[in-house]
Amino acid sequence: MLGRTLREVSAALKQGQITPTELCQKCLSLIKKTKFLNAYITVSEEVALKQAEESEKRYKKGHSLGDLDGIPIAVKDNFSTSGIETTCASNMLKGYVPPYNATVVQKLLDQGAVLMGKTNLDEFAMGSGSTDGVFGPVKNPWSYSKQYREKTKHKAHGENEDSNWLITGGSSGGSAAAVATFTCFAALGSDTGGSTRNPAAHCGVVGFKPSYGLVSRHGLIPLVNSMDVPGILTRCVDDAAIVLGMLAGHDPKDSTTVQDPVKPFTLPSLTDVSKLCIGIPKEYLTPELSSEVQSLWSKAANLFESEGAKVIEVSLPHTSYSIVCYHVLCTSEVASNMARFDGLEYGHRCDIDVSTEAMYAATRREGFNDVVRGRILSGNFFLLKENYENYFIKAQKVRRLIANDFVNVFNSGVDVLLTPTTLREAVPYQEFIKEDNRTRSAQDDIFTQAVNMAGLPAVSVPVALSNQGLPVGLQFIGRAFHDQQLLTVAKWFEKQVQFPVTQLQELMDDCSSVFEIEKLASVNFC
Amino acid sequence: MAAPMLRGCCLARRGALACIDGGSRHGRGAAIGCRSSGKRGRSSVAQQPLITAQKSGKGEHAWAAVVGLEIHAQISSNSKLFSGSQVQFAAPPNSLVSFFDASLPGTLPVLNRRCVEAAVMTGLALKCHINKKSLFDRKHYFYADLPAGYQITQQRLPIAVNGSLEYSVCVGKKRSQVITRTARIKQIQLEQDSGKSLHDELRSQTLIDLNRAGVGLLEVVLEPDMSCGEEAATAVRELQLILQALGTSQANMAEGQLRVDANISVHHPGEPLGVRTEVKNLNSARFLARAIDSEIERQINELENGREILNETRSFDCKLGFMPEPNLPPLLLYDTASLPPGADPQQVINIDRIREQLPELPSETREQLVQQYGMLPEHSFTILNEVGLLEFFQNVIKETRAEPKKVTSWILNNFLGFLKQQNLAVNESPVTPSALAELLNLLDRKAISSSAAKQVFEELWRSKGKTPSQIVSEKQLELMQDGEALNQVCLAVMEEHPQVVLAMKRGNPRAINKLIGLVRKATLSRADPTVIKEILEKKLSS
Repeated sequence: MLGRTLREVSAALKQGQITPTELCQKCLSLIKKTKFLNAYITVSEEVALKQAEESEKRYKKGHSLGDLDGIPIAVKDNFSTSGIETTCASNMLKGYVPPYNATVVQKLLDQGAVLMGKTNLDEFAMGSGSTDGVFGPVKNPWSYSKQYREKTKHKAHGENEDSNWLITGGSSGGSAAAVATFTCFAALGSDTGGSTRNPAAHCGVVGFKPSYGLVSRHGLIPLVNSMDVPGILTRCVDDAAIVLGMLAGHDPKDSTTVQDPVKPFTLPSLTDVSKLCIGIPKEYLTPELSSEVQSLWSKAANLFESEGAKVIEVSLPHTSYSIVCYHVLCTSEVASNMARFDGLEYGHRCDIDVSTEAMYAATRREGFNDVVRGRILSGNFFLLKENYENYFIKAQKVRRLIANDFVNVFNSGVDVLLTPTTLREAVPYQEFIKEDNRTRSAQDDIFTQAVNMAGLPAVSVPVALSNQGLPVGLQFIGRAFHDQQLLTVAKWFEKQVQFPVTQLQELMDDCSSVFEIEKLASVNFC
Repeated sequence: MAAPMLRGCCLARRGALACIDGGSRHGRGAAIGCRSSGKRGRSSVAQQPLITAQKSGKGEHAWAAVVGLEIHAQISSNSKLFSGSQVQFAAPPNSLVSFFDASLPGTLPVLNRRCVEAAVMTGLALKCHINKKSLFDRKHYFYADLPAGYQITQQRLPIAVNGSLEYSVCVGKKRSQVITRTARIKQIQLEQDSGKSLHDELRSQTLIDLNRAGVGLLEVVLEPDMSCGEEAATAVRELQLILQALGTSQANMAEGQLRVDANISVHHPGEPLGVRTEVKNLNSARFLARAIDSEIERQINELENGREILNETRSFDCKLGFMPEPNLPPLLLYDTASLPPGADPQQVINIDRIREQLPELPSETREQLVQQYGMLPEHSFTILNEVGLLEFFQNVIKETRAEPKKVTSWILNNFLGFLKQQNLAVNESPVTPSALAELLNLLDRKAISSSAAKQVFEELWRSKGKTPSQIVSEKQLELMQDGEALNQVCLAVMEEHPQVVLAMKRGNPRAINKLIGLVRKATLSRADPTVIKEILEKKLSS
């Protein structure tokens, strides 16, 4: 049952094949079994069981709230949850229990969703590995999959197996791992430079970043206000569309959300792609791109072409400036956004009380990790009066050029862009930490962060397993507020590639029920 | 006065005070542009050293001062600029704090429509250009009472620019000439107020009250077009009256709803401007002029003693970083021509509609008083400057048949004089507008003499609740209407004082006044002096 998609399990609930409480308990038990993955910071077991119970009552009365009623979900620990600790994986917010729900959380709860817990991340979502949080790194469940183990059997022998585990990508690695291990049916991530799409690609799930302004940010603890969006992680595109339908629309508490009402929708099943024009940005073919990902990318392009779509090479000429521009804008906003953490109103406060200034300094020294402090420092440098014109203003101008690149491409008739999500599949933790956070972020966000600068919708869809048996994702980028069209294309593609399900039997041998309906789907794509 | 110099300004200031002495026998009337005018006389303390400074300087080398102002007016609104918390003065500490005000992570600003309308209305009243697109910025600084670590303000593109504020000062030999001055308004911007820090030195603690944090402010930036404390105070007073007339701010300085920062420099006329310093948080009308003049004096003393003026705030300023506020889209305003068709009236603000709602401004009210009641311009200033006095005046006018000029004179001389003596505000007066109107009616129909009227007025002050008519009959203050009886009294007085009669017959013109006085005394001031004079003259010439 747990291996099903959200839509399937929703149907099962409606038909009474399973009750919300049973479903919730199964997920809770799986969360316990996968605890070593470190996907969750907080498991809200009591709250979840209570919510499931209420959902069950509704089902019994025949008053189900809809597709999400009784569905276990998880939320990244940088969304404010009323009465549930919200840490951002930082000492600064350890023990902070918000008095209010983020709008997206409230909307999910209003639909009857059952909140399983808060998922792990890089501290304040600053990172691309989910390795830099105060609660430790998240382990990629594929590290323990049959597919990966079989391929690396000979290599792993003799080595300490536990040191060989892979990163999930990030920063929403906890949410991606939670969805990938069937402990929930959908999870909220956040996406500022690729933080939802990157771990989705590494964990073999769908990671969707909506258009900026389509989904409320109220209650999302900000990284970069002008780029942050709540992200959606699910096991298939249809599920992402269901969740988006529940979340999208104007929020009076977020002035940057769209004014027009958005209705929930069902994705049509495309049968004909011949009217589609798919753009392949030539600048995304970088030397760092692994040959395997590159080959999957071109196979995907060929697939569209063979089905009658028009596939053309396009140019996004300012792509190479994107990362450095992102760095300036991101750190500047970080410096500003982090200024509120002074130990006064909430969060960590040091013991030093000789003066307010000394208290600030020590509180922030103790509360933030090196990555956060480093970004604050850079940001304050860029915001200095004497530097403002040279860095921040310039970066804003470059941002406009990058956004215009996309506008021009879409104006030329392209419907959707097809790109890789990541340079390669997930790497082992030991490998990953050889470079620092800043370097990794700059490398790993390369295909994803320009989308955030332009405010466009984008989705990473798992395509196939690499030679190592690890998932590879490809990214589709759509026009602003054409999220539905984007997901429709992604859904068609998903259907063609038939990505295989993780096989975690070895890992959780007593959870055979999870996988009873699964079969190793033929990868007819390759 | 085209090039305002300190010397001239001091004269003008004394003029402003003298002007009141000329216009009011009590000499305690309100100085133009001054709220607590009774205390204004003390500000001459501040001008004293300025003159000394001038004397000690090279006499022919006068100093000119340049004063610019940044005025923060709390917007009169039910809720804060970006949150739904209530705005209320003197509420229990931290009782009016929303999650946003306390900068809880994840909260976002939502702009209060009322505050925008207040800014537009104020901009229109101050003849500003209203920007149809304005932007919000973050201004960063680490203060304990600024919970987010930044203030949301309008640095780059404020809501209103390029306006002007007209205010008036008295000049001329008799100080009865009202001259209008203009201070240019650089901009009006919307911004958040901060919370309050209370420092407990004993326990070395800082206590924070966030009730005020996030209250909407209008920052009005006046170009350095003023030249002394008095001019600045007068300009601030005029702005205060305008804000109060508009209802966009209660502008009560005592409650911190109007706070003034002044930037000040001195230079020799014809030479470049000097280094400026800032005097911050002037939150009392009383100290405003004095603090500015003291700073001018300090600067002159420094320079005359060969020292430099240092700007302490400037070096600090350059560290403060600005950044666009990413959580607020550009603030768009419309006029009737640009209004998008089918726009939700709740979602758009129409500048033309606000212009239609502009109430009468203080300058127009004063003009009206001069036109309608033949009031002297300087008196119209006094009437408006005293809180509640205009309403009092209008209520008296409504209920009395007396000449408006008489009403004005009674209110400015007697009524205001009494208030000042007892240090009372208009709304604390024991004399109601109706009582004064009735008194003036008695006077108007010659039922009492004007000296009796003053007696009644004093009595009104003492015995609350009595009507003027009651007092008149109790004290038998009615004018003697019986001509024969008065004739008899006159005769009796003449017989009792033959020497005075003799002196008068010898041509001493003052003797008749003495007789009039004696007759009045004998009638307990109930006789009309002009009638007495007529009778006496007739008798003496016969």
